Amino acid sequence: MSPTLPGLLDTEAIRKDFPVLDRLVHDGKKLVYLDNAATSQKPRQVLDALTEYYESYNANVHRGVHVLAEEATAAYEGARDKVAAFVNAPSRDEVIFTKNASESLNLVANMLGWADEPYRVDSDTEIVITEMEHHSNIVPWQLLAQRTGAKLKWFGLTDDGRLDLSTIDQVITEKTKVVSFVLVSNILGTVNPVEAIVRRAQEVGALVVVDASQAAPHMPLDVQALQADFVAFTGHKMCGPTGIGVLWGRQELLEDLPPFLGGGEMIETVSMHSSTYAPAPHKFEAGTPPIAQAIGLGVAVDYLTSIGLDRIAEHEHALTRYAVERLREVPDLRIIGPTTAEDRGAAISFTLGDIHPHDVGQVLDEQGIAVRVGHHCARPVCLRYGIPATTRASFYLYSTPAEVDALVDGLEHVRNFFG
Amino acid sequence: MYQDVILDHYKHPHGRGLRDGDAEVHHVNPTCGDEITLRVRISGDIVEDVSYEGQGCSISQASASVLNDLLVGKELADARRIQEQFLELMQSKGRIEPDDAMEEVLEDAVAFAGVSKYPARVKCALLSWMAWKDATAQALSAKEAQESA
Repeated sequence: MSPTLPGLLDTEAIRKDFPVLDRLVHDGKKLVYLDNAATSQKPRQVLDALTEYYESYNANVHRGVHVLAEEATAAYEGARDKVAAFVNAPSRDEVIFTKNASESLNLVANMLGWADEPYRVDSDTEIVITEMEHHSNIVPWQLLAQRTGAKLKWFGLTDDGRLDLSTIDQVITEKTKVVSFVLVSNILGTVNPVEAIVRRAQEVGALVVVDASQAAPHMPLDVQALQADFVAFTGHKMCGPTGIGVLWGRQELLEDLPPFLGGGEMIETVSMHSSTYAPAPHKFEAGTPPIAQAIGLGVAVDYLTSIGLDRIAEHEHALTRYAVERLREVPDLRIIGPTTAEDRGAAISFTLGDIHPHDVGQVLDEQGIAVRVGHHCARPVCLRYGIPATTRASFYLYSTPAEVDALVDGLEHVRNFFG
Repeated sequence: MYQDVILDHYKHPHGRGLRDGDAEVHHVNPTCGDEITLRVRISGDIVEDVSYEGQGCSISQASASVLNDLLVGKELADARRIQEQFLELMQSKGRIEPDDAMEEVLEDAVAFAGVSKYPARVKCALLSWMAWKDATAQALSAKEAQESA
């Protein structure tokens, strides 16, 4: 019998909103979905919104005067209002829809490469990231550094999975133009100390970019409180569809910075010689946007808000505390990342003796338990801790203590199988 | 998928460790981080030795052990035929049910037939075989270059 923990949500009610959670796999085993850091499941409300759009008012946005186009535009722009409120943006025009967090981060990196002073990244300047970034917050900056000659620097990690900020004044210097870091690590689960990094970045006048992909689904996100200049996240990890991401940026920056992709929608006027651009956010949304996906994300935001992000955070914190305790009972299991629930999100990576994570994941799958295995697009973290890969279990608002127990039992089975 | 034969090879790999060779390659499977360093030694038409070091899942490691069993001592042409047949089996998506004739050629390697149903794992099983093919091509072209020099 699994315990009832203080702070848990009414998962029985919530799970009824997620049709896929009723699925049986591998000849009748109950699905235990613990791969939420890769992507979340979608509630019926979001699925219905996608169907409703395609069935009743499918049209392209911002053009056409017919009723369908007007309804589609209102729904698409309505989703922008919802997302702006969700992150406490000062203005709805600061919310740019992209296809995912990777595109959001690439957008910023490219803008800074093409920008004029004072934002321009060039060979006299430095870019700062961290060793715990997802590849999507490493590679765009590597590309920018290679193209401009800027120097790429990063914060290393401590043995217990946190940022080593002991040399922050040497890492972030007067030469630093931009500091880009993850709010919650997708592999370690670490919640990073935003304030310390932002304070130092502001001291030297560097822009701050926050990758909030693993934060936005799980905790209240307030871009004004963060004091960042850009915040990126993706829709599909927060109950929304795939193909929709968000970049929030401070208005004055969005006004000053050059566009990224050119095309329809992002222009004011076009002649054969030159063009002028629409104001933000449209300046950064070339071409037909992901309309259904944005509308779906808006409904996902409604769904999460109706439950309450603080309640979701509390639920996950209770579950994470329980999971960490239970996992520590498993012989030969080593948690990669913080080993307590303090300042940690609900993604827990671990190794199990010498058993390769692929084998762990496969044998768990045979029991209906879905986890992620590999380097989680954060290979430098695996190198840092001297491991080829990890197994990662990650929870969400519908996860239960019984699923933690199923994982622990499953791992026992894995140990016996390969023992 | 985890046949006893596979688990046996995983726990007690045959021919593991790096020995002298005519060519060495390092192959990785980027999706899961399996790695292998593999050397081949060729004498005339004979595969004299295949030695390897690696880390990775049971499937990738057991497959390297089976490869060592099957290919060492074979004539190159036969070794290539075995490699091709194993490749065909692994690409079969579970559609090939190994028969006696196939078992005659592939021996323990037929145990991997079940792996072919799992697209994510086929690369694990093929890692060492692709490394062997690559190393053999390099060894032969090095020998050719030497002879023509």
